[in-house]
Amino acid sequence: MKRKLNINPLESESIYIFREVVAQFEKPVLLFSGGKDSITLVRLAQKAFYPAKIPFPLLHIDTGHNFPETIEFRDKLAKELGLELIVRQVQDNIDQGKVKEETGRYASRNMLQTETLLDAIEEYGFDACIGGARRDEEKARAKERIFSVRDDFGQWDEKNQRPEVFDMLNGKIELGQNVRVFPISNWTELDVWQYIKTEDIEIPSIYFAHERKTFIRDGMIWTANDVVVFREESEAVTTRQVRFRTVGDMSCTAAVISGATTIAKVVEEIQASTISERGARIDDKRSEGAMEQRKKQGYF
Amino acid sequence: MQVLKIATAGSVDDGKSTLIGRLLYDTKSLTDDKLEAIEKSSQKKGYDYLDFSMATDGLMAEREQGITIDVAHIYWATKNKSYIIADTPGHIEYTRNMVTGASTSQMAIILVDARHGVVEQTKRHFYINALLRIKDVVVAINKMDLVDYSEDKYEEIKAEILKISKSNAYQNQKLTFIPLSALKGDNVVDFSDKMPWYKGETLLSHLESIEVGAVFEKSQARFPVQTVIRPKSEKFHDYRGYAGKLYGGALAVGDKVTVLPSGTSSTIEKIQFYNQTYDIANAGDSIAISLTDDVNVSRGDMIVKYNELPNTSKTVEATICWMDQTPLDLTSKYILQHGVHQVLAKVTALKSLVKPDLSMEEKAIENLKINQIGQVSFKLNQAIYSDNYADNKQNGAFVLIDVKTNTTAGVGFIG
Ligand SMILES: Nc1nc2c(ncn2[C@@H]2O[C@H](COP(=O)(O)OP(=O)(O)O)[C@@H](O)[C@H]2O)c(=O)[nH]1
Repeated sequence: MKRKLNINPLESESIYIFREVVAQFEKPVLLFSGGKDSITLVRLAQKAFYPAKIPFPLLHIDTGHNFPETIEFRDKLAKELGLELIVRQVQDNIDQGKVKEETGRYASRNMLQTETLLDAIEEYGFDACIGGARRDEEKARAKERIFSVRDDFGQWDEKNQRPEVFDMLNGKIELGQNVRVFPISNWTELDVWQYIKTEDIEIPSIYFAHERKTFIRDGMIWTANDVVVFREESEAVTTRQVRFRTVGDMSCTAAVISGATTIAKVVEEIQASTISERGARIDDKRSEGAMEQRKKQGYF
Repeated sequence: MQVLKIATAGSVDDGKSTLIGRLLYDTKSLTDDKLEAIEKSSQKKGYDYLDFSMATDGLMAEREQGITIDVAHIYWATKNKSYIIADTPGHIEYTRNMVTGASTSQMAIILVDARHGVVEQTKRHFYINALLRIKDVVVAINKMDLVDYSEDKYEEIKAEILKISKSNAYQNQKLTFIPLSALKGDNVVDFSDKMPWYKGETLLSHLESIEVGAVFEKSQARFPVQTVIRPKSEKFHDYRGYAGKLYGGALAVGDKVTVLPSGTSSTIEKIQFYNQTYDIANAGDSIAISLTDDVNVSRGDMIVKYNELPNTSKTVEATICWMDQTPLDLTSKYILQHGVHQVLAKVTALKSLVKPDLSMEEKAIENLKINQIGQVSFKLNQAIYSDNYADNKQNGAFVLIDVKTNTTAGVGFIG
């Protein structure tokens, strides 16, 4: 029997993109959040360069408000694959007075990440930052290129994007500019979950159903963690069986009620779901143009 | 899972966004929160119907002006297939955006407003779809509700379009005409009871019936090398893999190959994908190839079967679609990127210009401005290994990069 290869076209496209990054740039870095999308990126990068090691480091911008399960997972993954892991703390910028912490009911450090990220890019001279954003996530992201040029201030000029035809990628930039690269642009949330299932990729435990102290606000389930999440006396804490669909900060990621303890069950739940993934992101609910505003300022 | 990529084209207000929104809505692909946002905004604008164009119009500026200005990608799936729609805007930048959207699409939907019939831009859309050799084209005759669902009107537009398509170079194109109302949902996903005279398929059932793949007309394998993998670890000390994506046809272990530009012959020893090896790889596969001989291969080189050589040449003739504000001219140098291979290029002749009404003006011209299409000859500082676009899309196309601004300024179709 001949062993005939038949690669999933999405996977093949992503591997092609990774190889273009390494061929076209001097200092690429993978922006690693510890979430399912960046974990998927790591697997695709392994495939792109096997049997060589992934030829770039991981960079995590730690808000200090991450779920502890994610941080633990991040460290373990980097160690297992023998990858360099760079961590930069938003807290440092706050301590230095470079950025100001938000206060109030919806306070989050989500916006503050941008500053820390731009500092890290400058410090290391990264010319390509690989991220796990997908076009199906959000309307502004639907227009994002695969190679997306950012100016010296990390800003996205959405009206002046380079056309991308066929699969030719143009990574030519000037000194000081950098490119954000999105290898899984064309994947949907379900594609990612199905890939995690078929590839049997390990993911942090918070993606599976577990008991958690939570409270309800604006119809969403928030994590009750009095250190990082502001909560009114009147917002009662109850233990619920929940799971996360997307993982950002504790202060801006809502949970969903779930009994899915295996990846197969998670995929089933996603297939049946009537709420979009970012519907569970409190940061996007602020206003209709929330994501676009943040992107223009250099957000992931 | 099969993935069908679709490009859409239409003039402003023909109802493209509404049609895509309707497809998503009727296939229950819109999630509750997205639907809620659409309802809210429709109410705010005082509409008594759902403004589905909200499902796709992404950027804030577009929402304010109520127009689509850049290519947006929309994803949805049925039980049979995954769909990716490139929503390409129909106004000023339309050539650029349409070419971008169509370059990765297997089929196209061209919208026509039933009240206006064929307009100047409709011809342009047909021309671009033929130039890019899009096999399946659906002509969606929209807003049938505004012409009393008239069969005569539909037949009239259909006849006119058949006339245009006759003058196209690409005769293998398959045309399908569907009368519909995106707003009311007639013949989009559900059959309309208003047009009993129409015996064809609904738009969705047509999409479901299209077979994915078969993009290449001739199948000769082309393997442009992206990067060389050398692990330098103890376990894989001698491993050397040429990493790239295969186009046009299959390659198998044992195949006799030629490496371009050196012309060196060798044999495929190993086809690697992650931690497995395979005997055969197919078009579209991102793999790493090892050869039996120690030959010098680097990025931009191409591995092909020894008896299926592409054209190796330091000159190239192509149809160019210009996409940049600064016109293409005879004095500038460009980087010509052919797949993953970059060379320097200079224009030697700028010949005819395709006018919007599809007539060719056979005359020497000074320059090519944004959204114009012309016949251009180049000389190159190094040879490229290419096919005619009609034979192999990926290996028959290139982009031109402006050396001053680094932007992708144009796209070329060889042949
Ligand atoms: N009556 C009617 N109006 C439609 C139909 N399709 C779209 N429209 C309207 O035409 C206008 C333009 O539609 P839109 O989808 O934004 O067009 P686009 O510019 O091609 O994306 C909007 O006011 C729509 O409500 C249709 O089938 N019938």
